[in-house]
Amino acid sequence: MLANQIGYYSLILGLISSIIIIPISLKNYHQNNETIDRKIFSLSFFQFFFVLISFIGLVFSFINSDFGNETVYNNSHTTKPLFYKISGTWGNHEGSLLLWLLVLTFFIFLFLVKSKSQPKKYRILTLLFQQIIIIGFFIFVLKTSNPFNYLFPVPKEGLGLNPILQDPALAIHPPILYLGFVGSSIIFSSSLAAVVQQYISKSWAHHIKIWILISWFFLTIGILLGSIWAYYELGWGGFWFWDPVENVSLMPWLSLTALLHCILVLEKKTILTSWTIILSIATFILSVSGTFLVRSGILNSVHTFANDPERGLFILFFLFFLIFLSLLIFFMFHKNGNYEAVKINFLSKETSILINNWFMMYFLSVVLIGTLYPIFLEVLTNEKISVGPPFYHKLILPFLVPFLIFMTVVPYLKWIKSEFIKVRIEIILLFTLSFIVSFLLFKQFGFESLVVSILIPFTFYLFLITIKDLLSKNKKNFSQKISHFGFSFLVLSILLNSIFSSEIIINLKEGERFNFEGGAIIFNSLEENNGKNYKSIIGNFEISNDKNQSIKLMPELRIYNQPSIVTSEADIKTTLFYDKFLVMNSVKNNEYFNVRYQVKSFMIWIWISTLILAVGGLFSLTKRLYEK
Amino acid sequence: MKILKLLLIIIVFIANFAKVNSTENKDDLVNKISKNIRCLICQGQSIYDSQSDFSISMRLLIKKKIEEGLNEKEIYDFLKDKYGDWISYEPEFNKKTFILWILPILLFIIGGAILFNRLFVKKY
Amino acid sequence: MKNKILLISLILFICFCLVVLFKGLNNSNVYIPDTTNKIVKEFKSRSLFSDNEISSEKILVNSDYYILNIWASWCGPCRKEHPKLMELSKNSSVKLIGINYRDNFKNAKNFIKKFGNPYSFIFVDTNGIISIELGAYGVPETIIVNKDKKIIKKFVGSLDDKSLKEINSILK
Repeated sequence: MLANQIGYYSLILGLISSIIIIPISLKNYHQNNETIDRKIFSLSFFQFFFVLISFIGLVFSFINSDFGNETVYNNSHTTKPLFYKISGTWGNHEGSLLLWLLVLTFFIFLFLVKSKSQPKKYRILTLLFQQIIIIGFFIFVLKTSNPFNYLFPVPKEGLGLNPILQDPALAIHPPILYLGFVGSSIIFSSSLAAVVQQYISKSWAHHIKIWILISWFFLTIGILLGSIWAYYELGWGGFWFWDPVENVSLMPWLSLTALLHCILVLEKKTILTSWTIILSIATFILSVSGTFLVRSGILNSVHTFANDPERGLFILFFLFFLIFLSLLIFFMFHKNGNYEAVKINFLSKETSILINNWFMMYFLSVVLIGTLYPIFLEVLTNEKISVGPPFYHKLILPFLVPFLIFMTVVPYLKWIKSEFIKVRIEIILLFTLSFIVSFLLFKQFGFESLVVSILIPFTFYLFLITIKDLLSKNKKNFSQKISHFGFSFLVLSILLNSIFSSEIIINLKEGERFNFEGGAIIFNSLEENNGKNYKSIIGNFEISNDKNQSIKLMPELRIYNQPSIVTSEADIKTTLFYDKFLVMNSVKNNEYFNVRYQVKSFMIWIWISTLILAVGGLFSLTKRLYEK
Repeated sequence: MKILKLLLIIIVFIANFAKVNSTENKDDLVNKISKNIRCLICQGQSIYDSQSDFSISMRLLIKKKIEEGLNEKEIYDFLKDKYGDWISYEPEFNKKTFILWILPILLFIIGGAILFNRLFVKKY
Repeated sequence: MKNKILLISLILFICFCLVVLFKGLNNSNVYIPDTTNKIVKEFKSRSLFSDNEISSEKILVNSDYYILNIWASWCGPCRKEHPKLMELSKNSSVKLIGINYRDNFKNAKNFIKKFGNPYSFIFVDTNGIISIELGAYGVPETIIVNKDKKIIKKFVGSLDDKSLKEINSILK
């Protein structure tokens, strides 16, 4: 009870701080000095501090199973393990909004403290724009999504959290993801501030790059964690479904990646200024739109939160308010002037960045249009259609080929004129090698789709080129080489995984055996057990192969008490070359179990390559921080 | 060369673990179609992924249709006729959806034109 | 000047998006496929009480209206709507036909024994395919069919007083 009250009033204090900071900042803005009033730092700190206390208050309410708190009541249960009680704090709508506020307030405080070398007016404007977002969220939380509503009489037991959400990867997925896309709020606020101050310059780019890297790194890891969770927990052996909620996290990532490339250019030359601003604004707008799409109930998806039209309405208007605000600022203050007259040499790094952006924006538009079109169609014509994986694959895969080719060619663009001959031989050699490999693969194994078979040689080629770059003596741009290697490795792993994976689906009874080409599935026995808050039925399976080697797999069915749900937990044996994946489901009115056995090739490399991709960014980040 | 050695290693590893992925038998075709059909009572799952009664019955129905001799397209048409376009994850290309398919490509072309303008058109 | 045109068209486009999304929020998410005017195709199955397989063509005869009701012993809402079905069965202008969905014979027979049999015939749909072919996707569902075997109306979920009233007005 106490934690609840503290949490609530702390939130109010946070709102008060966030409002007070505005007139003080405005006054400081107009003063003729270059220092920021100490009061502003303190207020920004206290704003963060109060939100933190509020957040901790909610965490304690969850730990103590204080079911008087409506959020705890709806999302927790006494039998839940402690770790998941804590992570339950942000696994619901109200708590996750508190997490939004936490990251928003923390980042602006950090920004103020770490930007001492930047012009005062720019810093204050960044603060003011961020405050608009913060106050908007404070009002949203307090008015429509209060995590501290108290219930009388106090219920004795909670309604429980969905057991599918009781997973370690999913527990840390929201905080990491939020550091990513809520973190892009700083980029948004700062770019608007820079526009007003005519401060879009090399030094601004140099300064904002760190924030872009931080946001990008966490967003990449956050998406990775979400996919890992889907793969291990949801029992389908898939890791990406083009589900609206997944798309909603991918869109800011695409925009942020494009922005990251742009900022590398702007750091060195004052060009592409308008485009950089547009990307900075777009990334955060995409994040907020994502929040709207997921929480308002307008989309049908596996992982939407509880839907409430009032909340949807608020975010919708807040979102469009931000869009109109950015539009206004951009058109009122941005002077193109001298910026865009600079000629870009075709054979240059700038060209390669532009081409990267061109493709990134295409991929972004595919995902955006695919996600939004059904909504628009339904409102305008009352027809309902679904846009799923086939759409995304058909529009993205063919464009991956030229994209990969560009990625291999462009690092060499600058040198084409001078070292043409030497570079040409290496390129041709590697190109030929990739085609030989692909041809051998075609011959032996056959392929399902033409596009995929064209993609393979180019992906291989890029893969080899990036390895060569990584191993070369030239240590310049090392972080870029790591990330590009990670990216090519990721595309390669996904392709090989989709081609070489196989599955068998059969109904088996205890004691039965199923023979297939190359091995057999043996359903040895069933076991019953009791877990912390569920009853479990474990299937003892054996998969044997031609050479009479066998592995044991033990998928599990869990029958939870609160809420009463049955989940199916796959058993996965991971090696460097494949994952062996077995999941079983009971068939109603039957002693049979529906058994799905999958061999997923190179699965672990999908995770590792994404990690490498992110590490490249981390490398760049630490290099910058170390330099300072 | 280092790269050649690496390549050889890759080929050997892949050769050990590849399986043929085809829709030669009926079950594979059922799975292939099921992955593209929405489970109408679930929130965003295909009937391949879902274990609901509806999904199980649908998979059986699809198998029955394959055994009756319908090809893939005919099965999709049959299901869409019965349940509406919403049940298929692949949107058709017709009057109502051509914008969906064309717009991204249009944007790509426009982007290309803007790039071309920026890089190659002499402005003096 | 060019800037102004761009700005105005952008604002118009954004306002359009805002309106569409606003309207989209109010749209219900429940999807009921449109099955009116579809013909019920022939299906064959055994009855709950006898082994012999019978065609639906032989059962859907001699009545102005048929009510196909998809039910199962394990389905709670089916138990809830059962009294309404008993009431409907008293109406002589309609033939009530049950389709036992993904059920176990013993349980289904016990259900009928315990609560009464409103159906003039019960088809067994063990694997659910018959129901799916009728365009249903769960239990309970009730489909009103006219003498030309055309689907007039479909009710998803258990029948309540309101739907009963509607059925009665159709049957008149």
